[in-house]
Amino acid sequence: MMNFPILSLIIFLPLLGSFFVFFSRSKNDIGAIYISILTTFVNLLLCIFLWWSFENNFQGFQFVEEKNWISGYIKFKLGIDGISILFIVLTALIAPICVISCINSVKVRLKEFLIAILVLETFMIGVFCSLDLVIFYLFFEAGLIPMFLIIGIWGGPRRVYSAYKFFLFTLLGSVLMLVAIISIYTLTGTTDLLQIYEIKIPKEYQNILWLAFFSSFAVKMPMWPVHTWLPDAHVEAPTAGSVILAAILLKMAGYGFLRFSVGMFPFGSEFFTPLVYSLSVIAIIYTSLVALMQNDMKKLIAYSSVAHMGYVTLGIFTFTKQGIEGSMFQMISHGIISAALFLCVGVLYDRMHSREIKSYGGVVNYLPKFSLIFIIFTLASLGLPGTSGFIGEFLVLVGAFTKNYLVALLATIGVVLGAAYMLWLAKKVIFGQITNDKVKKLSDVNKSELVLLSILAIITITLGFYPNLILDTVDISVNNLIYNYENEIAQKISNLE
Amino acid sequence: MPYALVFLPLISSIICYFGKSLGNLFSQILSSSLVFISAVISIFIFFDGITNNNYGNYLIFEWISSGDFKANWSINIDPLSSVMLVVVTSVSAVVHIYSIGYMSHDPHKPRFMSYLSLFTFAMLMLVVSDNFLQLFFGWEGVGLCSYLLIGFWYKKESANNAAIKAFIVNRIGDFGLAIGIFLIFYFFNTINFDEVFSVIPENKDKIIEFLGFEINLITLICFSLFIGAMGKSAQFLLHTWLPDAMEGPTPVSALIHAATMVTAGVFLVVKCSPIYEYSTTALNIVAIIGMITAIFAASVALVQNDIKKIIAYSTCSQLGYMFFATGVGAYHVAMFHLFTHAFFKALLFLGAGSVIHALNNEQDIRNMGGVWKKIPYTFILFLIGTLALTGFPFLSGFYSKDAIIEFAFLKNSSIGNYAAAVGIITAFLTSIYSWRLLFKTFFGKYNGSLTKDKIHESPLVMIVPLIILASGAIFAGYFFKDIFIGHNTNFWKNSIFFLNQLDHYTIPLWLLVLTPIIVVMAIPVAYYYFLKNTEIIKNLKGTNLPLYNFLLNKWYIDELYDFIFVKPTKRIGNLLWKKGDIGIIDRFGPDGISKVVKYISNKSTKLQSGYIYDYAFVMLIGLSLLITYFILK
Repeated sequence: MMNFPILSLIIFLPLLGSFFVFFSRSKNDIGAIYISILTTFVNLLLCIFLWWSFENNFQGFQFVEEKNWISGYIKFKLGIDGISILFIVLTALIAPICVISCINSVKVRLKEFLIAILVLETFMIGVFCSLDLVIFYLFFEAGLIPMFLIIGIWGGPRRVYSAYKFFLFTLLGSVLMLVAIISIYTLTGTTDLLQIYEIKIPKEYQNILWLAFFSSFAVKMPMWPVHTWLPDAHVEAPTAGSVILAAILLKMAGYGFLRFSVGMFPFGSEFFTPLVYSLSVIAIIYTSLVALMQNDMKKLIAYSSVAHMGYVTLGIFTFTKQGIEGSMFQMISHGIISAALFLCVGVLYDRMHSREIKSYGGVVNYLPKFSLIFIIFTLASLGLPGTSGFIGEFLVLVGAFTKNYLVALLATIGVVLGAAYMLWLAKKVIFGQITNDKVKKLSDVNKSELVLLSILAIITITLGFYPNLILDTVDISVNNLIYNYENEIAQKISNLE
Repeated sequence: MPYALVFLPLISSIICYFGKSLGNLFSQILSSSLVFISAVISIFIFFDGITNNNYGNYLIFEWISSGDFKANWSINIDPLSSVMLVVVTSVSAVVHIYSIGYMSHDPHKPRFMSYLSLFTFAMLMLVVSDNFLQLFFGWEGVGLCSYLLIGFWYKKESANNAAIKAFIVNRIGDFGLAIGIFLIFYFFNTINFDEVFSVIPENKDKIIEFLGFEINLITLICFSLFIGAMGKSAQFLLHTWLPDAMEGPTPVSALIHAATMVTAGVFLVVKCSPIYEYSTTALNIVAIIGMITAIFAASVALVQNDIKKIIAYSTCSQLGYMFFATGVGAYHVAMFHLFTHAFFKALLFLGAGSVIHALNNEQDIRNMGGVWKKIPYTFILFLIGTLALTGFPFLSGFYSKDAIIEFAFLKNSSIGNYAAAVGIITAFLTSIYSWRLLFKTFFGKYNGSLTKDKIHESPLVMIVPLIILASGAIFAGYFFKDIFIGHNTNFWKNSIFFLNQLDHYTIPLWLLVLTPIIVVMAIPVAYYYFLKNTEIIKNLKGTNLPLYNFLLNKWYIDELYDFIFVKPTKRIGNLLWKKGDIGIIDRFGPDGISKVVKYISNKSTKLQSGYIYDYAFVMLIGLSLLITYFILK
């Protein structure tokens, strides 16, 4: 194992970059742009290197770093396993895409926008690396601030309302999580995650603590019925904000469920499984139906995100190999697909300044390249085999079916509805007659847009045909997770006897 | 070689799509020749299998591996898939060539060729799969291509709607197929065909509880898979997309909606014969749905006026034949009918395309008539197709359709007898509507608006493919009947499973001659009613208007679905959004809380009025309350 603190490096490199951006002085923020692109790109390479040097067959956490922070109490402890490495790579991939996409679309305070994105990247990677509850909490909450600013400053007309809604919803859940972390400390005397795994939290406390963590993750996920902040936040956020929100911020909750809820509270997780199943199924069907009726492209995709996240929560709480791996896959895949869909909407919005589905139609006549890409992601989003969207959904459903066939049956209905709203969107925007003369003046995607979207499209299709790229990486970690969970539950049953 | 067979169409598709700059002609010739090579290879594999017993499984690479859930990309060649390979690639090659002529006025030729090739690839992946997941990939893949090709003329609103309808109705079918796969994986822990089939016998009496019902596991699996087959093969209740799909260009209708994709459902049931054989209930359901579809679609076809829709309903009806053939356990006969049907139905569609092409995109048979002299080749080829479809003696349809009826009869069960009866009645209806179509299109008085000299015969590039198909329509039945359904055939080997060996009683003579006689008799009947004395039909329409409208509107099934499913779904969606999200969650959630907080803080600021007497008054009240409390205590 390397001694070089590579995790700290990839966490703080963007922060360092943001300092340089802050002090850069050049015309039209050219310097700031170059620094941001360079930082995020180098970070991406580092993360790919990290993934490459990651041992798939290693049990436990790798690249562990430990430093005293508040001596005797809290340690700054980092480490990754098969689950976190993928999120780190995803974050590092999305960051440069956001930076490049905002160059053209953000007209005011570009430099500050770039700083916000870089700082956000630091926090997001930090979340996925931390092995200490307090450190995790700090990164988790700190991420709110740049996102709040991104929506509140660079957002649309109702940005303040949306930003506050976003902030209050997520903060409310997180406060309970903070209380839970403090009580875990009083129970176990540590906030080190690995030690907590060893000590094990007493059974009688698990349900209440699980609920406290759940309240935070459920909002972030978002699960029904605390999902209403998401459509508003997406609609008002600028393109890059939507991309980060959909691709990474939502995944922090899924990651939290896997690492903390299931890992620390096996009994609590088992006890509340019916709750999670019900909420997931409601989310899948309810939001799919709502998505069918949307007039705003971003809202439609936002609602579809809630439905897709429903599969994630469903899969995690099946505690089966297929279910959890499917959830992991679904998160990564949704990160890429939703990012691409929001970028696509951004492409149209930059040209037409409208997100209304009605103002488009017949786009394919004037933007053939764009239309191809849009259709690819539409199909990926509705889970067509051969794209990454299919693998995640299908594995989750396979896993769910072995635990509760009724839930799986209902969740599968979402697949039909998903096809309905996505194809309807494609029909109204891409195909059909040209009803709006402005469409005729649109120009096709430019080079940078084309490159970004093509990369995402290639990743989506590659993962669809060769999903083992991800499945191999998470294999051991998911096995351990399930093994620990089942071990605990089995002990409980033997104690009862 | 099998690799080349499967991947040539994919290569063709990619080159055509991204190589637009290479020119229209290039893409047309390239894709046609690549698919043609594919067809040659598959014919070679087919005969190689017959003579040298050369079958096998070729691994491409591992697709997915999550715990026990494993699936490979692989190419599995067995007798069953080799038949499908021949059907798919040869019809596809013919359609590719035909499209060069048919799409000559279209500005998007490379895109069209690319979709056609992509479809061929997906269909090949479907038939050569060795596990359920790759089958599902192909299954949805062909659905996608069907969607793209139906909506090919994307400016037409109706084409877009038809495309979406096709995809979504198919998705409902896929829902069933997916449930079937989940069930299989849950109980057998594998999705590989051979492994699944090997454990079926020991599970044949397993009863599980499903949605509160005690149900036999095998029956449930078969039923779920059959829902998938119903969607893809446009069987009754899930058939509504197929007639609408005729919005697509005619070559697409010939390839996808007649010869190949719609037969995937039949293929699935035949492929899973080792499962179906253990569930009489499931087989009966298959047979009943098949019978209903056969007779329903034929009845609707009687009164339609769109040349393509008539043929589409005819396809529906013929697929019904195939399903009730499988339902009575005659899988090999179903495959034989699938094989012959591919030739004559593709011929009919392409022939119809040639007519439409000649009459400047006219599709309504009321505006046709008397054109056979103008387009003699098309007429003769269309006539061959009609004869083959109706089962005129010694043409392809005769052998396969009569075999179905005979096998159903020989089954000697009540369902078998019903099936035989339905088969004979439908054969009569088929004959009537086919000849009605032929007479109204080619004979009588011309009712269209074109001047006579504008009507032109199609170019050679369209006629030659028709001739190839016509020779198939004439000879395929005669030449292949011994291989497919002969008494001592050993062709199918293990690819089709019969639980009980088929008995070969001699068929009574009256049955042997009954169907051909009915079919031939129908010709003068149709001639008399539709050409000679049209008044009778008009009167019949007048006196039986409700029945006529019932048939014309396709039994009102579309309207029924709209009423039961589409509108309520939209209403519920709107309700959940407006009332659920905005009305309840937001109103009592964030907005409500912020309002309450605002309200309370407003009120509480009023308390701090700054006047001494206000504070003194409050203190006084507080004091008196305290005193009261202490006294009463």
